[in-house]
Amino acid sequence: MAAPKTLFDKIWDSHVVRRDEDGTCLLYIDRHMVHEVTSAQAFEGLRLSGRKVRRPDATLLVADHNVPTTDRGQPIADEDSRIQVETLEKNAAEFGLPYIPLTDARQGIVHIIGPEQGFTQPGMTIVCGDSHTATHGAFGALAFGVGTSEVEHVLATQTMIQKPAKNMRITVTGSPHHGVSAKDIILAIIGKIGTAGGTGHVIEYAGEAIQALSMEGRMTVCNMSIEGGARAGLVAPDETTIAYLKGRPMGPREDEWEAAVAYWRSLPSDEGATYDTEVSLSAADIEPLVTWGTSPEDVLPVTGAVPDPATARDEGKRRSMERALEYMGLEAGTRLTDIPIQTAFIGSCTNGRIEDLRAAAAIAKGRKVAEGVRALVVPGSGLVKKQAEDEGLDAVFLEAGFEWREAGCSMCLAMNPDKLAPGERSASTSNRNFEGRQGPGGRTHLMSPAMVAAAAIKGRISDVRDFD
Amino acid sequence: MEKFTTLTGIAAPLPMINVDTDKIIPAKWLKTIKRTGLGPALFEAIRYRQDGSEDPDFVLNKEPYRKAEILVTGENFGCGSSREHAVWALNGFGFRCVIAPDFADIFYSNAFKNGMLLIKLPQEEVDKLMEDAEKGENARLTVDLERQVVVRPDGEEIHFDIDPFRKHCLLEGLDDVALTLQKKEEIETFESGQKAATPWLYR
Repeated sequence: MAAPKTLFDKIWDSHVVRRDEDGTCLLYIDRHMVHEVTSAQAFEGLRLSGRKVRRPDATLLVADHNVPTTDRGQPIADEDSRIQVETLEKNAAEFGLPYIPLTDARQGIVHIIGPEQGFTQPGMTIVCGDSHTATHGAFGALAFGVGTSEVEHVLATQTMIQKPAKNMRITVTGSPHHGVSAKDIILAIIGKIGTAGGTGHVIEYAGEAIQALSMEGRMTVCNMSIEGGARAGLVAPDETTIAYLKGRPMGPREDEWEAAVAYWRSLPSDEGATYDTEVSLSAADIEPLVTWGTSPEDVLPVTGAVPDPATARDEGKRRSMERALEYMGLEAGTRLTDIPIQTAFIGSCTNGRIEDLRAAAAIAKGRKVAEGVRALVVPGSGLVKKQAEDEGLDAVFLEAGFEWREAGCSMCLAMNPDKLAPGERSASTSNRNFEGRQGPGGRTHLMSPAMVAAAAIKGRISDVRDFD
Repeated sequence: MEKFTTLTGIAAPLPMINVDTDKIIPAKWLKTIKRTGLGPALFEAIRYRQDGSEDPDFVLNKEPYRKAEILVTGENFGCGSSREHAVWALNGFGFRCVIAPDFADIFYSNAFKNGMLLIKLPQEEVDKLMEDAEKGENARLTVDLERQVVVRPDGEEIHFDIDPFRKHCLLEGLDDVALTLQKKEEIETFESGQKAATPWLYR
């Protein structure tokens, strides 16, 4: 009998084109998503060497990082951003590639539209020139971020040169308390394993708390695998996955559906499969979480206080904590709920899906954003926006004093006009609290959509459980 | 791709952990459609003051480190975004080699695709090289990729491990797209098998 395999092993083994003696593999890539920021130099490389795109049918282009979230009727005001988006459009035309234009209702963040369109499916290998490609792992697809040279390699050859990663399983047992979301689960995981804890690994998320999540929640968890150091995260496909994919426009055709589903059901890890690293945590122990520093591992329950660098595990960490506190303008011992915010951002590939907007709207409903707070809601895609509007969520947000924007990456990385001013502090549903991430000198506290809505209303970091 | 064989040059100390790619190159520089010209933006937020002038305390604004070619730094260097601009910015400044206890995965791949050697060494060894790098004009290291050693100013050699395929590509300056295209028939064979087994992947 064959040795039991993990989900990762199964996907990997079924995509090896060739394996060299030293273990280096040529891995076939089923789907390639391309956005404007990391692709121009790759297309230029193809042009210079006279190469074509091998699988236009397996490639999908969309602009998301640079795009304004206000009036879409106007050309992009920032010249460099406009050139980058126009370059993507030209490359789509020149190489004959499917492209979702800015004016299309389906436009949005690449990691939101892939699943929405059914372009993302279980068992696939998927790459994109973006580290949050791990999001697609929620479907049981091996999805990872690559650099521009690898984008060029995949465009030209539909393969990547790689060695297999190690297997890590993170099991989240039991069920979370009220007020604890998928975002809190992944922040708790990163807090536990550290920002380099998953380096060299692919993480499979398992356990009752993961299985109970919707596809949206699973995407939030897998999305931040990279913040735990792992290039990819996975959740085994199940009935929730299959139900989500049914009828998606780029998914299997009706006459292929049964065969596809049968294949997807064969993918979960075999009984007895072994992992190089195992981590376990209990969902019931997780509280609503907030980051205090400049690394996603700098995470604490909202009931906590800013930590003292004197308690750091070593000299390197102590120096980095001191620097983080200085950058964040915080003092050790300050209660997190005493920290005022000036901006609230709800959106990004981490938390820009319909479920996220519903969770934030449930807190915002009938309340008002605190005076002096700028609060943005940026849906992850045009379709998310439309669905939210159909459900009346836009009215809830607008009534409460939030701005209701067009889809894009927006203030997650501040490449478009949505950014923090130096010293400005945000409560944000995005994925990175690095120095300058949301604008030079900006200070970011990561948390769940409901927690950001709560912070917007109180004008300071707040415990969502106080809003019942 | 430019070959990497041996390198003797100034090593600059950057004793920080978790240096992320936003710190190496902020997002506003990602609007370029070129690979070149990013050197002046390297480490922008910690290298320049708010008025745009150089921060004289930052290592790369001091002699001899303005011409450093080797960077010695802390664990998890290059974490965060997949932006290859981080490597292009390091390259643009003049760095050809970074030494650290470990690197983030995507950054690690990106560097080698641009002829940059990343060397992983145990913390104790990095600590020694960090001390060497703090010696100003004497902060001179030699990296010999063929022999897989870093030579300290006092002549002591520190061995490092490296994946044989990556080593080969760097030594020869190989373009891996061209290498892979030589395996076109194997790719075609794979595709026809996959198309028969899972036809919904082909539209």
